[in-house]
Amino acid sequence: MVVPIILTAAVTLATFLYVARPFFGEPELPAAARADGRSTGRLELIEERDRALAALKELEFDHRTGKVSEVDYRELIGPLRRRAVETLRALDPVEPPMRPARRRREVRSRAKVRS
Amino acid sequence: MAFLGHALLLLVLGLLLYAAVAGSYAALRGRRRLLSSAVNAFVSAFAGTALAAGTLVLAFARDDFSLSYVANHSSRQLPFGYTLAALWSGQEGSLLLWLLVLTGVGAAALLLNRRLVIDVLPWTVPILAGIGAYFAFIPNAVASPFATQTAPPNGLGMNASLQNPYMMIHPPLLYLGYVGLTVPFAFAMAALASRRVDERWVVASRRWTLFSWTFLGVAILLGAKWAYESIGWGGYYAWDPVENAALMPWLAATAFLHSVMVQEKKNMLRVWNVVLIALTFSLTLFGTFLTRSGVINSIHSFSQSSIGGWFLAFIAVVVTGSTVLILTRLPILRTSVRLESLASREAAFLYNNLLLVAFALTMLWGVAFPMLSQILRGVPISIGPPYYDFFLRVFGLPLLLLMGIGPLLAWRRASLRSFVRAISWPLLFALFVGASLLRAGAGSSLPGLVAYTFSAFVLAAVLLEFARGTRARKELGDSTWAGAFTSLVSRNRRRYGGYVSHAAVVLLAIGVVGSSVYGSSRTAHLQPGQAMSVGGYSATYLGTKLTHSPSHDALRGEFALSYHGNSLGTVAAGKNHYKVEQFFANAVGIHTDWLRAEDVMLIGDQFDKDGSVFLKIAVNPLVDLIWIAGVVFLLGSVVAMWPDAREKRQLARRALEIDGRPVIA
Repeated sequence: MVVPIILTAAVTLATFLYVARPFFGEPELPAAARADGRSTGRLELIEERDRALAALKELEFDHRTGKVSEVDYRELIGPLRRRAVETLRALDPVEPPMRPARRRREVRSRAKVRS
Repeated sequence: MAFLGHALLLLVLGLLLYAAVAGSYAALRGRRRLLSSAVNAFVSAFAGTALAAGTLVLAFARDDFSLSYVANHSSRQLPFGYTLAALWSGQEGSLLLWLLVLTGVGAAALLLNRRLVIDVLPWTVPILAGIGAYFAFIPNAVASPFATQTAPPNGLGMNASLQNPYMMIHPPLLYLGYVGLTVPFAFAMAALASRRVDERWVVASRRWTLFSWTFLGVAILLGAKWAYESIGWGGYYAWDPVENAALMPWLAATAFLHSVMVQEKKNMLRVWNVVLIALTFSLTLFGTFLTRSGVINSIHSFSQSSIGGWFLAFIAVVVTGSTVLILTRLPILRTSVRLESLASREAAFLYNNLLLVAFALTMLWGVAFPMLSQILRGVPISIGPPYYDFFLRVFGLPLLLLMGIGPLLAWRRASLRSFVRAISWPLLFALFVGASLLRAGAGSSLPGLVAYTFSAFVLAAVLLEFARGTRARKELGDSTWAGAFTSLVSRNRRRYGGYVSHAAVVLLAIGVVGSSVYGSSRTAHLQPGQAMSVGGYSATYLGTKLTHSPSHDALRGEFALSYHGNSLGTVAAGKNHYKVEQFFANAVGIHTDWLRAEDVMLIGDQFDKDGSVFLKIAVNPLVDLIWIAGVVFLLGSVVAMWPDAREKRQLARRALEIDGRPVIA
């Protein structure tokens, strides 16, 4: 009976220390539990832009594989391009000023995605 | 053992309750450290549950019959290999396994996705912990695997049907699938609670749904294989309520995996997707209730217990809570995007969703109606295979056809000309196959012929998609065909992994139709030296042989098998008598012809003292395609699940664009 009691006490103590650790080791940062309208709206625009660009790529590929005919391709490509441009334009006015280092980082990141 | 087990389970319950309460407070007040502490508590709960499960396994290994659960599900004669399986052979132990898997996948989801779903994590923790606390409460208060008694000299033994290698792997995989579906539910509800309904929770939920769906699918097939080889009735799926309980959430999850693509591509079906996730999780709970409450009589269910009421109450809480959350968040879920055309890829997904959900709900009604009839009218009603077979044809055949049409349609809209051009080759191939089969005599079953024709269409469509895609990649600059093919699949793993899964479903359909519609069987009473024939096979009864092992006696009839006069060797079929359990189980004899994917199954129904045997022979054409389908399905799922570096980079870039916060998905 002694061994189970010692084991239980050891496990409980280890658990307590692990659960309590954040209160001793981490700084209390401001949380982002609630969505704020500005970042949510911007994220929606970014997602919309990515969807539009992906749709364009998908259409190109479907056209190349013969799934989309020439006539359909011409009909569909215009509205998709317009949508992509609209979302890119919508994103620009709310573009926050970036420090040069951050802009360089982002350009690198975009280039990586494109490659 | 008992003290340690009880203490660990109590500790786990305490940790999960803390994680639920602290996590909720952290989510409401935005306390990061409290949230980290709640996450640590959840991870610790997993460690505690693993220790408790280990303690129980140790008790089985040491034949500690002072634990009632060990005494009721094991014996000194039980082969050591089944000691681990004994953990989940009864109600209390399987609930402990449930808790282990839940805390395990929950902890993995919290740790692996903490950056991807950083904004919904505060609510994910309390939701997962709340569900975990319920599953920790049951073994603590209602069905403890550590209840003690005066140790008897030997245990009652393990259910003989479970003393099978498939039972070593089927339940853990089933639980991984079943319980894993808790994670997408938690992400979805957390997204609604925190009003963060952007694409990140969708990505996380989709990944975990795919993971759980894969395990659930493989587990269902392994269960079918177990039934086929071990139960000895000649079939693999009997529309048993508990079998249906696993299939229903799998169908709902299949619907989600398709409709979530529409949300990601076109920002449509957002409300539908959260409804599907809630439905899938509710169906897993309903299935658990069916298995554990004792309300139905099934080979798979556990004994009558008081656990049913607790499960019903929990289901009510989950359904009410998720419904209220979805309804209150409708304004942020709805979008203005509409379907552009009824002939488009997204429309095909919508039709597929409607059929899958309709089939799942039809099955739910088939399972629930007998229970409702018993409760409300006191009239026992049984809904058997004809009901399900009918709806399998009604919903299954159009689904099969859609699997071929969908991939050939373009997103947004397809003109009639494009559509006809896209389907022309698969259609011609399917018509050719259909006509050939009709000539060969497959017209004896119209649904079978239609299913085969549709299967040919889907296979041709899948191959065409791969061929056209590879050619297009080659034109775009890949130097070799192999390189173009690899590039094609790696650039869109989900799509091409999905096509491989479609091929698996086709193999499954061919196997099911072949074995159920075109199979043949016969039973005869044979004396040694006599023979019987069915479907070109002939079995000559040679005599019986009795062998003994510590756990069971094995009686085997020996049969010389031949096909159209060509000897195939001998096959043994008989019965096992499990000594401690006092249980007789069939041991079927199966000869497999892998080239024709055909089985001939010998079942020794009854062995008489005069040495005669009542032998049933079943010839199951194409049945082995069902098991091959499992392997292909797994391959497709692995391709689809493989981490996508492009998606990872895209999510990282988005996070950087929003607030400069680097995120690794």
